[in-house]
Formats: sequence, structure tokens, C-alpha cells
Amino acid sequence: MAPEVNEIKTAHHLYAVEMIDITKRFPGVLANDRVTLRVKAGEIHAIVGENGAGKSTLMNQLYGLYHPDSGEIRIFGEQKRFHGPRDAIRAGIGMVHQHFMLVDTLTVAENVVLGSEPVKGLNFDLNRAREEVRKLSEAYGLYVDIDAKIEDIPVGMQQRVEIIKTLYRGANIIILDEPTAVLTPQEVEELFEIMRNLKKSGKTILFISHKLNEVMEISDRITVMRGGRVTAELITKETNEREIARAMVGRDVVLKLDKPPHKAKDVVLEVRNLWVKDNRHLNAVRGVSFQVRAGEVVGIAGVAGNGQTELVEAITGLRKVENGEIIFLGKNVAGAHPRQLREMGMSHIAEDRLKYALIKPFPAYYNAILGRHYKTPFASGAFLNHREIKRFTAELMEEFDVRPRIIEHLGGNFSGGNQQKLVVGREIKAHPKFMVVAQPTRGLDVGAIEFIHRQILRMREQDVAILLISMELEEIFSLSDRILVMYEGQIMGEVRPEETTVEEVGLMMAGKRLEEIRGGKK
Amino acid sequence: MRKVLESILVPVLAVLIALLISAFVIVAIGKNPLQAYAVLVRGAFGSKQAIIDTLIKTTPLILTGLAVGFGFRAGVFNIGAEGQMAMGALIAASIASNFGNIPPVVAIPLTLVIGMGAGAGWAAIAGFLKAKTGAHEVVTTIMLNWITTFVASFMVTGPLATGSGTPKSPEIAASAQLPILMKVGAMELSAGIIISLLAAVFMYVFLNKTTVGYEVKAVGFNPYAAEYGGISVSKNVVLAMAISGALAGLAGVTELMGVHHRFLGELSGGKGFDGISIALIGQNNPIGIIFAALLIGALRTGSNEMQFLGVSKYIVIIVQGIVIFLVAADRIVRTIYLRKKVKS
Amino acid sequence: MRVVEAVLSIFINPQFYKIALTVATPLIFASLGGVFSEITGVVNIALEGIILMGAFTSVVFTYLTGNVWFGVLMAIVAGLLMALLHAWGSIKWAGNQVVLGTALILLSQGITGFLMEPIFGQPGQTDFVGKIDEITIPGLAKVPFIGQVIGEISPFVYIAFGCVAFGWWLIYKTKLGLRMRAVGENPEAADTLGVNVYAIRYFGVLMSGVFASLAGAYLSVGEIGQFKELMSGGRGFIGLAAMIVGKWNPIGAMLSSLFFGFFGAFANQLQSLQQIQVPANVKPLFDTIPFILTIVVVAGVVGRSRPPKADGVPYEKSA
Repeated sequence: MAPEVNEIKTAHHLYAVEMIDITKRFPGVLANDRVTLRVKAGEIHAIVGENGAGKSTLMNQLYGLYHPDSGEIRIFGEQKRFHGPRDAIRAGIGMVHQHFMLVDTLTVAENVVLGSEPVKGLNFDLNRAREEVRKLSEAYGLYVDIDAKIEDIPVGMQQRVEIIKTLYRGANIIILDEPTAVLTPQEVEELFEIMRNLKKSGKTILFISHKLNEVMEISDRITVMRGGRVTAELITKETNEREIARAMVGRDVVLKLDKPPHKAKDVVLEVRNLWVKDNRHLNAVRGVSFQVRAGEVVGIAGVAGNGQTELVEAITGLRKVENGEIIFLGKNVAGAHPRQLREMGMSHIAEDRLKYALIKPFPAYYNAILGRHYKTPFASGAFLNHREIKRFTAELMEEFDVRPRIIEHLGGNFSGGNQQKLVVGREIKAHPKFMVVAQPTRGLDVGAIEFIHRQILRMREQDVAILLISMELEEIFSLSDRILVMYEGQIMGEVRPEETTVEEVGLMMAGKRLEEIRGGKK
Repeated sequence: MRKVLESILVPVLAVLIALLISAFVIVAIGKNPLQAYAVLVRGAFGSKQAIIDTLIKTTPLILTGLAVGFGFRAGVFNIGAEGQMAMGALIAASIASNFGNIPPVVAIPLTLVIGMGAGAGWAAIAGFLKAKTGAHEVVTTIMLNWITTFVASFMVTGPLATGSGTPKSPEIAASAQLPILMKVGAMELSAGIIISLLAAVFMYVFLNKTTVGYEVKAVGFNPYAAEYGGISVSKNVVLAMAISGALAGLAGVTELMGVHHRFLGELSGGKGFDGISIALIGQNNPIGIIFAALLIGALRTGSNEMQFLGVSKYIVIIVQGIVIFLVAADRIVRTIYLRKKVKS
Repeated sequence: MRVVEAVLSIFINPQFYKIALTVATPLIFASLGGVFSEITGVVNIALEGIILMGAFTSVVFTYLTGNVWFGVLMAIVAGLLMALLHAWGSIKWAGNQVVLGTALILLSQGITGFLMEPIFGQPGQTDFVGKIDEITIPGLAKVPFIGQVIGEISPFVYIAFGCVAFGWWLIYKTKLGLRMRAVGENPEAADTLGVNVYAIRYFGVLMSGVFASLAGAYLSVGEIGQFKELMSGGRGFIGLAAMIVGKWNPIGAMLSSLFFGFFGAFANQLQSLQQIQVPANVKPLFDTIPFILTIVVVAGVVGRSRPPKADGVPYEKSA
């Protein structure tokens, strides 16, 4: 079995991975600036940092996807040059990417062996592939459905398939890139159990994260990155969240938003027994009902893929409603076109801004009027009023601090944070009565997150009804007046942030109904 | 200025590379390419008559170029300009032969509208199928081209057949024929050229100044964002195909009203496909399309002359094929250009 | 009543089934070519042009050497070259695959038209240069009915079915096939496992060139022994439609090609039925049937038939 081999290897050298003085430059960005990382054999080593700190770039070099401009990589003391993932795999490195690298239409077994397939004569030996996967699955307690297609299995299992993939290739060093982002708190516990098992059998694990509580729980040592550099190397037992946070953000502690009390007014949006199908024609939203009142933020928590996207699309008119009602300002708008909804006062900050909210080849001044481009003052009759459009855009960019302040700049050429500010500004300046805000801060840095959170609360104070959808529990807790938790297309319960715990919401995210949880306690 | 230069860099270099490669093809059949090209240029611009001929050939090409280019700007690939052009001419021919009693002020615009409507309707079928079912417009418009071929052949041998010899429709009423601007020898340049230039102006204004133009472009760039912004994608896909088809139909009907005065039973003889190269060379820009159409028109005219040297006029199609290839994979051209720049 | 009877009589005539097979054969090749290319993620509308080149090249080399099979061999070489161009433009240079395909169609029309006179001394069409004879399967030819359908038929029909079997085996039973499917669906995933995405895509596109050129060779030396301008006649596109209807599966593509073949043969037989007496000038309308059918089928099926996820998307490494 593999574990013994590892013990011999680890005995040879203290460090499984050494990346020394790594510098990597992309056009216009210094992604890694003389970064040095040392990972001891057999430990769980966390690499923490904000989005854009350079963690993924560093890991992609370790996995052979990028080549460092300078610096050297040593694996168990031996200097390596990787020309591609194949070399890294050969050196015993496996990587589980943040976005899973799985082929949806192939089965679990086929995915695991892809690239190193067993053969019998000229044929691909599917049976041997299944057997190998079964063995690994049992040896490490990684339960998977071997013959299911990837598109039919849940995210947690997909992640286990990814881990089996690395083990099948004989990985001793496993990189897990933000593995908990898609999991419920309970699934995170399961993953940690798996990680401990892997460590026990001698594997070295690199754990990339920006969630400090997780890092504290699972890691042995921590490397903190900020702005492409290493800002701290810490031993987990000897540090605390505060110290890590300081190294990560460069200032003392992340600001806590203070959310002034605000009284909710009339019901603006009511969803009654809503049913919606996803792209594969399966029921994604199954009988959801709730209300949103003027001046309150209703947060929808849940693991990605539990029907939130379809719910948002149905409410905003982008997806067909199979059954049920959406009452907006007293009128059933199920099946209405987005234009009608916008006319009535609905705004939408879409979860995928590059797909929905922004037209990349359009200049900022065209993106700034999307949705209202045909109305005065942006149009007079059939013609666009360019002077007013440009004036308005300049104003918006000033007010929402969009940089660079060039109205001709193309939508696709702004950074993610500035794209989002442009979108948020546009949707807010439409003076909505109701706003759907989906994943508003995904992939943004702390400064932009804070700015956007403040804008959402400002809208709440102006008595706008707000529906917030987020995978980030922290965001949900700090902004919402009420929290609904979605699981497999249904609402598991409604709680107030001040009257619940992360644990309780976590259980609902994993499919337990609020009544069950609270009833069980009694 | 630099922006303009940069945008024409790829098409200009692509044309030059294509002419260079074609020169080798001409060498391969034992002819002198320099001589061939000289004859080609002379055939296109060497005399007043040649220039008029070039302009006559350019007229429909501007329109098919605009048709395809408009489609590209709206995110649809209208490879069916060929069929829409023939449809426009065919329908207009079958109706306008009865316009004897209508004065030209009515007959001319009416015939133009019929031709445009026929082209628009024919293209809208593909637009509708794309919007409703997702059927790719390249497949459906190609099929519509073939259907047009057979329908046209049926019409001129059946219901519309007239006279003997090559199948053809009766002549359209004199009142529906376009006025002649200039006449040199047998060459008559009709007002069609003005119509095609006006169409280019229309396309520019429509795309850059109107709200519908904004919507059509938004759908072309990103249909998801367009729908999110309250712009109906299916409506705009049909509209884009219809406008594109109307421009192609206009190409057909101006040919009918300005050149042949009757429908000859054949498709446009490749002018619809020329529209693809013209749109790509002209970078889907109305002004660029006018120049690109002039280039292809000149190649077409000049290549007739070249045939006497024993160099087939098909060389023009080869040139076009290479140009389209290079514009589609424009990084080839950019890389060649950059390499040269680095060296010098 | 007599008309209905006459129409029905078509179906009991073995000749009808034989014609259906011969109409379907080039479509089977073309759709199989489409499957090989698109399953790895490259849209190939150049098939139409490659068919034309295959038809032309096989006639040229049959004319020059007198050996029909050598002509077929050279058609495959020409198909490979055209496919290589398409692969180069779409894989190496990440060009727009549909526009590149259009370019190659034009190029084929240009090259074949251009070379007609220098080689054959006349435009439009060549004289008869030689043809691959039908083969007689001993024994089978004597079986009633079936013998009349497939007992004596062009070897291309058998080759086509052989290619389908080979294609199915390769795509679903070998490691190369697994990689092809992976690359067309999620090239990045395949790449991270060390699968050479570019090489697999080149392979898929080149194979599509082989099959499409066989379709062309069949049309010229396999069927009529001469080349006619634009003789591909939209079969590349109908083949793509068959591929879509067949859900990017070689067997499915073959079945839908057969379906098109049956309709083509039916339209063909209908025209020549004495009981109906179709006037000569109405016959062109019958020729529209396969094209109308293609539109209807593509429009009806396309929503339910899912292409490989990365189909038509150039793969570029993020670094």
C-alpha cells in the first residue's frame, strides 16, 4: 500500500515542498513577488490570503500550470522544473481546484482514470478502472458512486472524486484550493475528517483558504500572503485569528458593519408556492414562499446549487415560472419580461456579472444605461441621447468611485471590483423599489466589499426592499434582517440573525428543517 | 487615426497575403502572376468603361456586404444572403412586371420595398427558428439557399417562363426600372449605386445612434446581459435577421431594377457569399464595407479580363477564401506583423 | 386510389432501398466526420468544402493515373490537408470556427473551379474518367429482395458502415475515445490531467477530413465517374444536421443519415412514378424536399440534443 512508501520518503527530507524566491509576473500585475514557501512532510499547511493575494498563482506554479519567472521549486529536497501538470503529477503532486476539473458527461470512474487509463489490448479497461477507484474509495473512506455521471452527483461527492483523482495518480502532496467554499458547515467537518485521514497515512496537504476559523481548526502551520508577498509564517498552535487577520489584511481587524435598526414597512414582494425548473428540466425551486418588505434585507443562505440561482432568475423574469405566484407591488408578475419588471421598479445585481450584468465590449457609458437605454433622458424617440448618457455615466462613476474614471473604457477592461461598482451604481441609480442582490461581493477585495455593503444598507434606509442571496454566511449575517435557508429548492426555515447561530443555519443548509433542529433540542 | 489604422491592419495585410499566395497558384499553372495582376487592374480601372463596370459590380456587393456585416454586428451569421438576394429579385420580378400603369415615383419605391420584404421574410424564417428552437442560422440559411435555387428554377421554367432559350422571367415594367446615371458604351450605371450608399448610411445611423441599434448590438455581444437588461433576445434575433435579409433582398432587387430588368433564374452568382468576405474585410463597418465591396467588385471585373490570359476567374474566389481565413484567424496576421516589427 | 397504390408500391421495390442506401452513404461519411470533429470541440462546417475537394481530387488522379483507388487515396490526402488547415486555424490560432469553415468552403470552390481548365481543358464538368464498380457479394446477391438491395452495390456503402463501426468503437471503447470526449466537454479538466488537448483536437479534425473526403470520392468516382462543379450540393450541411439529430454519436448519425437517405430516395422515386406524371418543370420542387426536411429536423431536435460543452470554443491555456 502507498502509505509505507511515503513514510520512507518523508524520512529522507524534512520538507515536502520548498518554493524559494518565486516571482511571477502577468501583464500589469506582479502576482508573486519573491515568495518563499516551505511545507513540512506530513503536515497540513494552510496558505491564507485575500482574493488576489497570489495564493492560486503560487499553487498553479507548484502544479506546473504556470512557470515561475524566477525562483526554484524543490520536492522532497530535489530541485524540479515542471513543464506541465504531467511533470508535477509524476513528482507526486495532486491538486483539487476551486472550480472542479471534472468532465460532467463522464462517469466517476472515467473521470478518475482520465489521462492515465488502464488498457486491455487496444481497448480502455473500464472494469479495472472501476476496481481501482473502488479500492481507493474504501482505503481512504471517500464514498463515491463509481458509475454515476458527474452531472448527477452532489458537489460534496464531486470533491471526493477530485481527491481520489490525485490519489490514483499516487500523489503524496495534495493541494486543496478553497475546498470549503462550496460546502455546508457539516460537509466541511467531513472534509476535515478526510484530511486528517490523509495526513495519518503520510500525505502532505496544502490547504488554501481565507476562512480563519477553518484554518485554526485544521492546519499545523500557516503561511499568510498579501499583495503577492508572504507576510507571515505562523505555527497554528502559537497564533490566533487576530494575528492572522492582521497579516492578511494589513490593518488591525476587519471592520464590523454597524447596522442601524430600521423598521420594515409594507410588503413589496411576495412569492407564493413558487416552482421553477433548471436547465436540465429538473425542479430546482420547489414550492417556495416568502415576503420582502420595504426597508428590510431578506437574506437567502444556502450552499451553491440549491435553487437560489433559479429563484433569482424566476423573480427577475429571466426564467420561466412553472407554478406559483410572484406578487410585486400587488400584481402577479410571474412570467413578466425583465423590461416590465424594471419599469415597475425592480433592480437586479446579478450573481454572474460577466455573464449577465455587463456587456464587455460596450464602453462604460453604454453599460451604465443598460435597462434604461430606451427611456428619457437617455433616449429621445428612437435615438440615443449621447450627451446625457455620457454626463450621467461620469456622475455615476464619480459617485460610486469606479476607476479608472474613463467613460469610454470598455466594460471588460475594468477590474472585477470596478465592474461591480459600475453595476451596483447603475442598479441603484435606477431608484428601485425592490432590489435583488445576488452574490454581490464574490471575488472582490476587502475595500470593495465594504463599499458595496454600505450601499446595500443605504438602500435599506431609503426603504427599498432587498433580497440578498449569498453563499458567504458572514455576509448574510451582517446584512440581513431576516435569514431564509434554502436546501434542494425548499426553504428550511426562517431565522433572525440575532436569534440564531452559524451552527443552526449550517444544519438547515445541510437539509434539516428549523422545526427539527429546535424541536430536537427541546 | 491610430485606431483606424489598427483596425484596417488585419484586413489589408490579409488581402496582400492572399494576393501573394494566389500569385504562387498562378505560377503553378505556368502563368506570370505579375502580368495577370496587371491585366486584372487594367480590366477593373483601365478605361472609363471598365470603371463603370466595376461600379456596377460593386453596387450589389455593398449591399450584400452590409447584409452580412449587419448580421455579424447583431451576433448572427447570415450565410444566406445568396438566397435572400435571389428571393428579393424573384418576388419583385414576378410582381413588378405588372406595374405598367403605375408611375415611377410609386413603382420604384414599391418594387424596392417588395424586394426588401421578400429578402427580410426569407431571412426571418432562419431568425425565427434560431430564436424559438435554437437551430443554428448557418445550417438553416444554407438550406434556404438551396431551396431558393430550386424554387427559382421552377419559377422561370414554369409560372414565370417567357420566350425561348435560357429560362427567364418577363421584363419588369419600365416604370419600375431604376434611372440610369451614366452610360458608357453598353455599360449603364443605374441609381442603384446611390441606393447602396444610402443603405450604408442607414446602417451606420441605425447601429450607432438609435436605441434599437443599441439593443441589436447588445444581443449580439451578450444575449444574457441583454435579456437581463430588459431587451428581448428572440425579438432582436428575428429583427436582426430580417434587416440583414432586407439588405440582401435590396441587393437582389437593385440588380433586377438597375441591371438585368428581369429575373434570370439563377442565384446571385456568388454575390451573397462575396458579402461574407466584404463584411470581414470591411470589419463590419459601413465605410469599410464600401471600400471592401469596391475591392471585390474590381477583382470580379478585372478577373474577366484575366481569363483571356488563361487564368481562371476562380482565382478571385481563392483570394477571398484566403482572406476570410486570415481575418477569422486574425492572430496569424498580427503575429506576422509583430514579428516583422520586432525585427526592424 | 391508384395514386396511393402507386406511392405504396415504391416501398415494396427493392430498388428504392438500394437508392436510399446510396443517397445515405455520403451523408453517413459527412456526419461521421462531423462527429469526430465536434466531439473533440471543433465545429467543422468546412465538411462541405472537403467533400468537394475529395470529389475533385479523386477524379483528377483517376484521370491522370487511370487507377480509381489511387484517386480515392489522393482524395483522402486532400481531405487531410484541408482538415489540417481548419485545425491549424481553429486550434493553433483560435479563430472563429464557423468563419474558418466558410473560408475553406470558398477555397475549395475556388481551387476546384480554377483547376478545371488547366487539367481538363473545360469548365463546369469533366468527362467520364472511370468509376468504382459495384461489388457482388456471392451468395447474398441471390437472396431474394435483400440480394437486390445490398447484394450488388457500391463498395463505398460497405465502407461507410465499416467506418461507423470503427468510429463507435474508437470513441466509446478506447482510451483515445475517452480523451476525445473529455476534451470536447471540458478541455481544462483534461489538460490538468496531462492530456494533450491540442493533439486530440487535431486528431478529431483530421479524421473528419478523411471521412468527408470519402463522401466526396463516393459522389464522383464512386457514383458517376466524373466531377461537376459544386457537386457536394449541401451534403456537408445535411451531414451536420444528421450529426445533431444523431446526438453526436456515430450510430445515431448513421441512423439519421439513413432517414435522410430514405426521404431523398422517396422524393426521387415519386418524381418518376408514371401514375403521377410529374411535369418536368415541377421536378425542381421535389429537389427541395431534403433541404426542407433538414430545416424541420434541425429546428425540431436541436433543443433536445445537447452538443459537447466546449464545442466551437477555442481552448487557450490561461497562462
